[in-house]
Order: sequence, then structure tokens, then C-alpha cells
Amino acid sequence: MVRNKRHDKLFTGLVFGTAAYTLLMVGLVAFSVTKGSLDIFTEEGIQFITGSDWNAVEGRESFGAYPYIIGTLLSSAIALAIGVPISLAIAVFISEIAPPRIGTPLSFITELLAAVPSIIYGLWALFVFRFWVRDLIEKPLYDAFHGYLPFFAKTPFGLDIFTAGIVLAIMIIPIISSICREVMRVVPDSQREAAYSLGATRWETVRMAVFPYVKSGLVGASMLGLGRAIGETILVTMIIGNVVGPSAIPTSFFSQGQTLSSLVANEFNEASSELHLSALIALGAILFILTMGINIVARLLVKKKMKVSSGAKAQ
Amino acid sequence: MAIEESLERKEALVESVKYKVSIENVDGWYGTKRAIKDINLKVREKTVTAFIGPSGCGKTTLIRCLNRMHEMTPGARVDGRIIVDGINIYDKSIDAVIIRRRIGMVFQKPNPFPTMSIFENVAAGLRLNGINNKTIIREIVEESLKNAALWDEVKNELHIPGMSLSGGQQQRLCIARALAMQPEVLLMDEPTSSLDPIGASKIEELVRTLKDSVTIIIVTHNMQQAARVSDFTAFMYLGDMIEYGATNQIFMKPEKELTERYVSGKFV
Ligand SMILES: Nc1ncnc2c1ncn2[C@@H]1O[C@H](COP(=O)(O)OP(=O)(O)OP(=O)(O)O)[C@@H](O)[C@H]1O
Ligand SMILES: [Mg+2]
Repeated sequence: MVRNKRHDKLFTGLVFGTAAYTLLMVGLVAFSVTKGSLDIFTEEGIQFITGSDWNAVEGRESFGAYPYIIGTLLSSAIALAIGVPISLAIAVFISEIAPPRIGTPLSFITELLAAVPSIIYGLWALFVFRFWVRDLIEKPLYDAFHGYLPFFAKTPFGLDIFTAGIVLAIMIIPIISSICREVMRVVPDSQREAAYSLGATRWETVRMAVFPYVKSGLVGASMLGLGRAIGETILVTMIIGNVVGPSAIPTSFFSQGQTLSSLVANEFNEASSELHLSALIALGAILFILTMGINIVARLLVKKKMKVSSGAKAQ
Repeated sequence: MAIEESLERKEALVESVKYKVSIENVDGWYGTKRAIKDINLKVREKTVTAFIGPSGCGKTTLIRCLNRMHEMTPGARVDGRIIVDGINIYDKSIDAVIIRRRIGMVFQKPNPFPTMSIFENVAAGLRLNGINNKTIIREIVEESLKNAALWDEVKNELHIPGMSLSGGQQQRLCIARALAMQPEVLLMDEPTSSLDPIGASKIEELVRTLKDSVTIIIVTHNMQQAARVSDFTAFMYLGDMIEYGATNQIFMKPEKELTERYVSGKFV
């Protein structure tokens, strides 16, 4: 008895300790990032967020993060817009349509792909895939639309925001689809049978019984993918074009650009002054806030939906 | 001679009209396991037929063959013929989806759609059928809830989630959902086994009223329930149909010793 109690205490202590560790880490990161970026924010103020100059020359220093915020959001938005529907389709195929003899190996392969380091995707994109994107996707879009749709203006080059978005989508598809598949497994068969017994087809069953049941999980999976895309550094650095300053504000999908993390990766090695370093750290701070903000918004979205039903339940 | 022949044909016709569902030489398989063996049984229109038997004897398998739900289990297969209204539902030209729209099913555990309101749950099948007219949907939903003896309890809160009802109410909601499709046959697999006695007796009462308009086949573990609600009873054991007859006869003077032992509770 006594032994058990002591074990219990030990276990509780351990669990609390690890929980405290995560809090401590968040606190430490927040602290260093804030401290590091203090210099640049006192120097530039709100200009650091709205401005687009990026000049590290001593004496003429001027830093603005606006182009990279837009670059980050745009490349991630493209990645999500392409990645989420495909991921959902893969997950639906594996969990609802394919017989286990096909579904099991397929889900194994997606999980394998999810574990491929992003540098591998980056190399492949740089040496092979970007030419395909340029010739098979960008050029036709450009030829068809450049006259009237500004997003497709600008001669495509293959090293640009659009390519980065597509490669990011390829990178996050295995992650999102694995999680979606895992999430869909939670749907009890009794729900599917309820739909089937009303004469639903397979697709109608997915729409009626599966998706609504796990909506929040699917949103969560997409957010996790978004988190990966927003923070992804090395892959983006390899293919986004890496421009700096006002010209990094994208005017079309085919503009060369820069993201917050790719700029940090490009410049932290040769940061010439205290202020330059502080600006780079501040880019990190913005990234941190952006990721948290998106997570919070997503959670609220999901919660709001849930509240509607549980509120009614209480009546 | 000719007259006799035509008389015979007429009798055959009358015979086939009398029966709503005819199960002919049906085998149900899970992979290589033959869970039900050579089942033969004819169900009369607007009656209640109960399937009884010890756990694992194949009641669920058989009832799921009747609306082509069995084949949705990976590896599962059905042999034989099941004739509903003169049509073999296992005919190659028949779409299982259409069959399931015409033959309703109620499950052991109530399974309303958790994100849908009471109203939407009942309307779900209608919407699948492409019925979008609001007045028609409203009418059918009301009628179905009335037929499922749930209307009076929920008529003022049709918009709240189906999951917020009690277990027994949820089961009646599922019955209403099935009834909204206006099925001629309703299959129920142990519909009261997860309910308390009051909820269960309401469902039993409902089954007795519903048989005025619907042919009902019900699986039950509870022999008193079978005796109370059914007109005919089929006793199954280890995948075989042991005995089938009027409920009175099965419970009072069964022909087979096995049946006798089961209905008198001397069965382990
Ligand atoms: N999905 C399945 N895969 C393989 N075998 C199955 C499956 N479902 C049922 N069986 C087998 O088929 C036989 C009949 O099962 P069934 O579920 O029809 O019995 P039941 O009479 O409904 O039992 P219970 O009263 O416990 O519900 C059992 O031997 C069972 O093990
Ligand atoms: Mg069963």
C-alpha cells in the first residue's frame, strides 16, 4: 500500500515536472525573442511591421518585415489551398473506400513520406520539380490569364512563391492526410451504418456521417500542416527566389519572394550589426505570433461550432 | 388440365403476394466462415417476426442480409435469394443503395447523427433522396415523429441536437428517421437492448402499432419481448434456422427439443 502511494507521488511529480518543462520552454523562447527584438522595435516602431525597406548598411540601416509577412502568408495559403483537399481525398480513399489490402500499404507509405526531411523535398524541387512546375503549370496559366488576371502576370521562372507553395503542399500532404486518416478512424461504424441504412452511397456517407463527426479534428490536422508550412525554412529558402526589400512584395503568384524564416536563414550568418541581428530575431518573433494567432483563431472557429450544439444541449 | 394448370399458377401468385419477404437458401459468409447456413423463411406482410437464439447464432448476420448491409463488412458475402415484393434483392441488376432506401433499419445502439438537430436527423434520408421542398419535408418529419411516438415530447425543440435526447428517445428518433423513408419493411436489431425498461416498453408498444402499416423483423435476446411483440418467431442456433412458426406455437409447444430447451431457459 505504502509503496503504491509513493509510486503514485513519484509519478505525479514526474508528470508535473514534464508539464512544467513545456511551460518553461515557451517562457524562455518568448523571453529571448522579446529581449532580442526590443532594439529594432524601439528603433523602427510599427514601421518594422508595415515597412518594406531592408538595408543593413551601417549608418543607413532600415528594416521592415512587411514583404516577408506577405510572402509567408501567401506561400502557406497556396500550400493549404492545394494540400488540404488532396490530403482529405487521400484520407477518405484510405479509410473509407480502399479495401484493407490496398489501404494498409498506402497508409504506411504516406506515413513514410511524412517522415522525409524537408531538405530532400527541397533538393528534388530545386533540381527537378521546379522545371515541371514552370513548364506544365505556370506557363499554361500565364499564357491563358496574364492579360486579365494580375495573379498570373509576370513571366514564370520556376523559382517563385507559387513553386514554393506547391512544394510546401507536397511536403504537408503526407502529414495532413495521415492525421486525417487517424482522425476518421475515430468515427464509429454505427455512424456509417446509419447513413448506409438510409440508402446513402459511399460518398454521401462520408459527407453525412464521417466529416461532420470529426470536423474539429480535420481542422486541427490542417492547422498542423499550416504550422509546418509557415515555419518551413530550408525548403523555402531553396526555391522561393530570395529577394529582399520592396521588390519582395509579391505582385503575382509568380513573383520571387521571401518568407520570414527564409530571410532569417539567409542572413543570420552575416548579420553585420546589433540592429540587423535584432531585426532578424524580430522576424522570428513575428513568426511566433503569427503561428500562435492562427492556432488560436482555428481553435476558436472549431469551438464556436461546438458551442452552438452543446449550448442547445443544455436547454 | 388447362384449368388445373392455371389454378396452380394462380395459387402460386397468391402465395407470392402473401409473403412480403422470402428468404431462400441463404448463406452468409465472413471470409471463409459460414455464419448462417441455408436459411429458408417466409415473412408475411404487416406482421412482426422475431429472430431469437443464443449469442453468436447469426441473428444479426441474417437481418443484415435483408437490406444488403451484410456485404458492407469487408470480406462478407451472401449466397441464395431474398425476394422482397417479388424482386430478388440480390439480383445483379439491383442497386444495393436503392434496396436500403426501401428497407429501413434500426440498430442495437441508437445512432442519431450527432451534429444534426432532431429535425435534420429525421429529414436526412429525404435529403438523400433529393427531396428539397420545405413543406413536404416538414410534413414528413412531423408524421414520422408522430408515428415513432416522439412528436409530443420534441415538437417544441426540433432544432436541438438529436444527441441531447434520452437513450430511449434517441432510439425512437432513429425509428422516425427510418420511417421517414416510408419503408415497407423495417428491420430492428435488438432495438431495446441498450435501453431502460420504460424506454424498452415504449419501443415495444410502438412496434405493435407500426405493424399496421409496416412489415417488421426484429432481433431480440429477450424471450418475453419476442412473446409480447411478435406474431411469428424464428429460432436460430449456430447458424441454422432450427424452427420457425407462430410465436404461440414456438413458445407453447415447440416441435424441436432444442427450441423447447431454449425457450424454457434450460440452455447455456
Ligand atoms: N465481422 C465479422 N467477421 C467475422 N465473423 C463475424 C463477424 N461478425 C460476426 N461474425 C461471426 O458470425 C457469427 C454470427 O454472428 P452474429 O453477429 O450474426 O450473431 P448474433 O446472433 O447476432 O449474436 P448476438 O446475439 O451476440 O448479437 C458469429 O460466430 C460471429 O463470430
Ligand atoms: Mg447481434
